[in-house]
Amino acid sequence: MRYLPHTPEDIAAMLQVAGADNLDDLFKAIPDDCRRKDDLHLPEPLTEWDLNSHMSTLAATVAVSPEYKVFMGAGSYDHYIPASINYLLGRSEFSTAYTPYQPEISQGTLQAVYEYQTLVTRLLGMEVANASMYDGASALAEAMLMAIRITRRKKVAVSSVIHPLYRRVVQTYLAPTECEVVEIPYLANGRTDLSQLTNLEDLAAVAVQSPNFLGCIEDLKAIGEKVHSDKKTLLVTCFSEPLAFGLLKNPGSLGADIACGEGQSLGIPRSFGGPGLGMFAARKQYMRNMPGRLIGQTKDKDGKRGFVLTLATREQHIRREKATSNICSNQGLCATTAAMYMAALGGTGIRELARQNHDRAEYLKSGLKKAGFTISFDCPTFNEFVVEFPADFKTTHKRLLEKKIVAGLALAPYYPELANHYLLCATETSSKEDMDTLVKEVTS
Amino acid sequence: MKKSFGTTGLILDEPLLWEKGAKGRTGFSMPRQEVEASPLDDELVGDGPDFPDLSEVDVIRHYTRLSQWNFGVDTGMYPLGSCTMKYNPKTNERQVSLPGFAGAHPLLPAELSQGVLKILFELERYLAEISGLPAVTLQPAAGSQGELTGMLIFRAYHQSKGAPRSKIIIPDSAHGTNPASAALCGFKAIPLKSNESGVLSPEAVAAIMDEDTAGIMVTNPNTLGLFEENILKVTEIVHSKGGLVYGDGANMNAIMGMVNLKNIGVDVLHLNLHKTFSTPHGGGGPGSGPVCVTQELERFLPVPRVIEKDGRFVLSEDFPESVGKLHAFYGNFGVLIKAYSYIRSLGAKNLKRATQLAVLNANYIKEKLKGTFYLRYDRPCMHECVFSDKNQTPNKVTTLDIAKRLMEYGFHPPTIYFPLVVKGAIMIEPTETECKEDIDHFIDAMKAIAEEAKNSPELLFEAPKTPKVGRLDEIAAARYPCLSD
Repeated sequence: MRYLPHTPEDIAAMLQVAGADNLDDLFKAIPDDCRRKDDLHLPEPLTEWDLNSHMSTLAATVAVSPEYKVFMGAGSYDHYIPASINYLLGRSEFSTAYTPYQPEISQGTLQAVYEYQTLVTRLLGMEVANASMYDGASALAEAMLMAIRITRRKKVAVSSVIHPLYRRVVQTYLAPTECEVVEIPYLANGRTDLSQLTNLEDLAAVAVQSPNFLGCIEDLKAIGEKVHSDKKTLLVTCFSEPLAFGLLKNPGSLGADIACGEGQSLGIPRSFGGPGLGMFAARKQYMRNMPGRLIGQTKDKDGKRGFVLTLATREQHIRREKATSNICSNQGLCATTAAMYMAALGGTGIRELARQNHDRAEYLKSGLKKAGFTISFDCPTFNEFVVEFPADFKTTHKRLLEKKIVAGLALAPYYPELANHYLLCATETSSKEDMDTLVKEVTS
Repeated sequence: MKKSFGTTGLILDEPLLWEKGAKGRTGFSMPRQEVEASPLDDELVGDGPDFPDLSEVDVIRHYTRLSQWNFGVDTGMYPLGSCTMKYNPKTNERQVSLPGFAGAHPLLPAELSQGVLKILFELERYLAEISGLPAVTLQPAAGSQGELTGMLIFRAYHQSKGAPRSKIIIPDSAHGTNPASAALCGFKAIPLKSNESGVLSPEAVAAIMDEDTAGIMVTNPNTLGLFEENILKVTEIVHSKGGLVYGDGANMNAIMGMVNLKNIGVDVLHLNLHKTFSTPHGGGGPGSGPVCVTQELERFLPVPRVIEKDGRFVLSEDFPESVGKLHAFYGNFGVLIKAYSYIRSLGAKNLKRATQLAVLNANYIKEKLKGTFYLRYDRPCMHECVFSDKNQTPNKVTTLDIAKRLMEYGFHPPTIYFPLVVKGAIMIEPTETECKEDIDHFIDAMKAIAEEAKNSPELLFEAPKTPKVGRLDEIAAARYPCLSD
């Protein structure tokens, strides 16, 4: 086996030093009644080329672009990933390193993640960002736990147009805390219903997503003002499409106390939903309450600039059960990827790319509207929107799959009241031709 | 200093991203403007983020230079105890980048994602076989999320019996994340000292295990690299009081094919695919922390679950007692593919062989270095061994100094000051993928450093001089935090 370098001579020499007669003898410390008697039953080992063909066969069964035209976002977006990013990720000095516990020989990871933290604060308009969480959903859950810690309150409100799968993760994380999670309904225009907020008292946090799951851009400013009428309550804003902030006002400028979400759009392949990137940022006053790892700038003995893991006293291995979170490994390489992607785009590029996403989605939206379909919500959107199709659209959707077109995500499983409503997405990878084909096919 | 792999290298300086570039450059191939611009309400439009504009060359050089300041497994031996820094096979990277996997949308209909679902289904079966615990979830995104899943299952189990419990026993030799994971689920951690041999004593467990204690979290082999030889008695005591046993599988590399966890009384186990199953650590993730459980606890596993139905694979939410969802989708699929490829490449025989060689390497190092460095527990170890700086203390040399000097010999230092039960701990886990010559070089370096500690300790105090930066002021970093520019 090519990963196991020991020759029989090596083994014999080493066993002699270890004082064992054979390899099995090394396991004397395991009492006999704890030993596994039978062999593992696993498939026979594959050669490298057999593995290649096995995996290629499996991968070929999956519907992906460019063969399939997938007009579906819903928390996982098709954006072009430059070859330069994949090339840089092949630098195994980044990928094969551990968490940077020894800063002198980890400055690559440390500077890259420090830069990531900085780019995130700039993108979201926040003051501090951490080194990443697992994904958008757990980032939101941790944000709610953080708000509960800060305010010492036991109730949070969550907009019902936050990604339904994120809300389920919030439920899981909060279930053992005895905290109540209240869902805020949405309005006919697709935005969160602010009027419901007045009835809720003693909230640790109000969480909204913008653009929300229905694609609608929330009026964060108004929400923030309302939420902050109780000085203690924190406004948590989340997102599944960070590219939107290339064009839209960022959450920090609109009053967010914590901004978090999924960063998959920033150069990370969809990869069936993971690994993604949990982005997490907050106002500076909450820095010491933040979960996750933080990289800080400092100097070495000679005054040279360098970077280290810092504020570790918040963390599980020092504070044990009083830690701000149990998170240890995060998504370091995905954070590095996102930083590379943001660096490749630049300020000018991210604006242009965000515009193109918006414009293409608007083109598709108006095409469908002209074809006679109803755009369900009249709020401004970014690169996703909801369409109401006729009652028999399920058959059309199926027929289109055979034509290698995925015409959006059916919303009924998530919102029973939205039967026949579909969430569609267009990004810079959706060509005019493909969008025209989609409109033609759903009409025919 | 003896000849070694350490080198000053070609270390070029590199500014921060925003200290370079010029407005108007780009490193991105922008698509053509194919459709009409559509204005957006001014109220909603912001100024856009203040990112630097860089060319593709700028970006490539920036990160290439940064990468050269990093030490990874591909750079050299990385004997970081408890982290299992084994070689990360390159074929795994090829598989994960196949367009059908990399491009898969997580909400595709099952009929369009059969290959992906098949991998999830089969990987669950392989991990069940390797652990001995029959039901598996692949959803947790890392070890600590696996622990959280396990604690949620403990909680759900006791609730289903109509008798919630409030405490959990956590030995001092267990992993650092255990208490925080238990606390997230509302359990009060009851610490338990290991005995003078470095393992759990059944009497100590019996003395604190009661009917308000949900169970125990055991790392086996423990963080001293010792097999918990009383594990059968310990699990029996916990079970007899209605408790459950959690196994932290971070050290699974020591027992693959050697121990069936179910047979030693473990009810819930998490695995770290980024340790035992060769997926790269990525400078701090992404990892993956699948959880394996007994048949009895299967109903509590997170949803959705992959099931086989008439020869097809589908995702099912139909598990009403499930603890819920921990990840927006199905966990770190990209990491799961790599672990799947690893298991398929090695097969049963080589997985067991990997464990045997990992244990051989650790015992070889232990025997060669004991005497030079203080070995708190002198007994056969499993996949790692724990020394300390006790022998060097008279020369005022600390574990930290030894670690920093080791960098100049071309090695990543071991885990230091952990586990806490050994003062000044030096925890060495070589893994099976290091060959004898490299291990001998490491041993020689450690011995040379021990000599230097006696004769010229200033070499250790001043180390490291060869990397990009010297010892960094971590106190100032924490006192005056600067987390972004």
